[in-house]
Amino acid sequence: MTQLQTTEVPAAKNPSLAPPDKLAVTLIVNGVEQTLRLAPWTTLLDALRDHLNLTGTKKGCDHGQCGACTVLVEGRRINSCLTFAVMQDGARITTIEGLARNGVLHPLQQAFTDHDAFQCGYCTPGQICSAAGLLAEGKPLTRDEIREAMSGNICRCGAYPNIVAAIEQAMGRT
Amino acid sequence: MINFDYVRATSAADAVSRIAAFPGAKFIAGGTNLVDLMKEDVERPPRLIDISRLPLNRVEDIQGGGLRIGALIANADLAGAPPVAQRYPLLGDALRAGASGQLRNMASVGGNLMQRTRCCYFYDLATPCNKRRPGDGCSARDGLNRAHAILGASVACVATHPSDMCVALAALDAIVHVRGPTEGRALALTDFHRLPGDTPDRDTNLEPDELITAVELPPKGFAEHYSYLKIRDRLSYAFALVSVAAALDLDGDRIREARIALGGVAHKPWRDARVEDAMRGEPANAATFGAAAQALLRDARALAHNAFKIDLAARTVVRALTQAARGTPQSQTDKRIG
Repeated sequence: MTQLQTTEVPAAKNPSLAPPDKLAVTLIVNGVEQTLRLAPWTTLLDALRDHLNLTGTKKGCDHGQCGACTVLVEGRRINSCLTFAVMQDGARITTIEGLARNGVLHPLQQAFTDHDAFQCGYCTPGQICSAAGLLAEGKPLTRDEIREAMSGNICRCGAYPNIVAAIEQAMGRT
Repeated sequence: MINFDYVRATSAADAVSRIAAFPGAKFIAGGTNLVDLMKEDVERPPRLIDISRLPLNRVEDIQGGGLRIGALIANADLAGAPPVAQRYPLLGDALRAGASGQLRNMASVGGNLMQRTRCCYFYDLATPCNKRRPGDGCSARDGLNRAHAILGASVACVATHPSDMCVALAALDAIVHVRGPTEGRALALTDFHRLPGDTPDRDTNLEPDELITAVELPPKGFAEHYSYLKIRDRLSYAFALVSVAAALDLDGDRIREARIALGGVAHKPWRDARVEDAMRGEPANAATFGAAAQALLRDARALAHNAFKIDLAARTVVRALTQAARGTPQSQTDKRIG
């Protein structure tokens, strides 16, 4: 963990008009260490998309209700819209861009294409990162359990049956 | 979202002294509720004090039985902790009934206790809300109140507490340990949250400069006869319309002790000691459970759109107690209700 540089700002009369200094934040994103200077209110999602140009992670609802922004932090799936980047200082982040290895798709990416597990594709990076986090949790799952465990990822096109089939395929491979 | 500044607490004592020194500052841990409320401008803290790295994330056995749960353990980790699975499965099931896999990885135990209501008017800055701005009025009382309280509500507020975890903790007689600038204290979980009365802006009896450090479970876990039954508009990833944490200690088919906590019906997890006391020594059967359900709901009051919740709550109590008595707790993945 890197040492966070903070500036103690005295209480302003109108805090909304007194922007504090930006903070140095180091994130290890898909294996690459990145140091950014960010306002404290920058979410991890916005840091990835707007500051690191990793636009694979999608902003859907921006309120933790849709799962499109799901990434892995230290291997655990979270909603990147509901955490500030500064809180993740020093953390290892994996996004959809970091799942393929040496030009070979991650088994989940391959399974999603094999099973046509999407239509418009907007929720897909979040679905795949969420499923990767689920697989890492290491429990064998029935179809019912997969559906329950993936309920934090909404697909407005309704590709759920194929998403479940893709995850079942990937569970067999990994 | 307003601009704010950010500091990281180095210890529990440091966290408490920092919040005491900066009125309006807020602690942040998982962030799953607070960040959302900040985006909506419902919460406008000028400073966040990050407590997420404090070493308050252990689950430890207490000598003589019982379990001490660090306030910063993630909901998912607590649900999967062996002592919870083995001795307090009611708590594990309630945790799994809440939110989503991603949110359970982020949300802390302390943050779950501090969760604010999901009343749509509380979130909507364009409408009056006494919880947001005391004295403004309540838009839900004569508004879209299908999901609102049927017990313990006031003229000022009909909001409900949204937590599943807290319903199980209420049934288990959990104790909340907090630390203030000069000393610590312990509150029963059932005294931690408040009824709205005429001060609905206060959700809990926690003081602004106090930090939740741990939740303690007494030795009795009701691991044989329990059920957490949550009824909602969709089968997963939705807040409860009604939920019931039921726990029984049986002597043959007689009830030695019963615990019933309701979620989704009031400003706090709802328990009624008189109802539980009256079940002592009674047979664990449909007549006893039905009478308990009627007694629990005797003071229930409906608003324009939520009368269904009174019957729903009574039936959910009976079903959860029946599942508990049979030793067949509600599955949190197969949602068919047995």
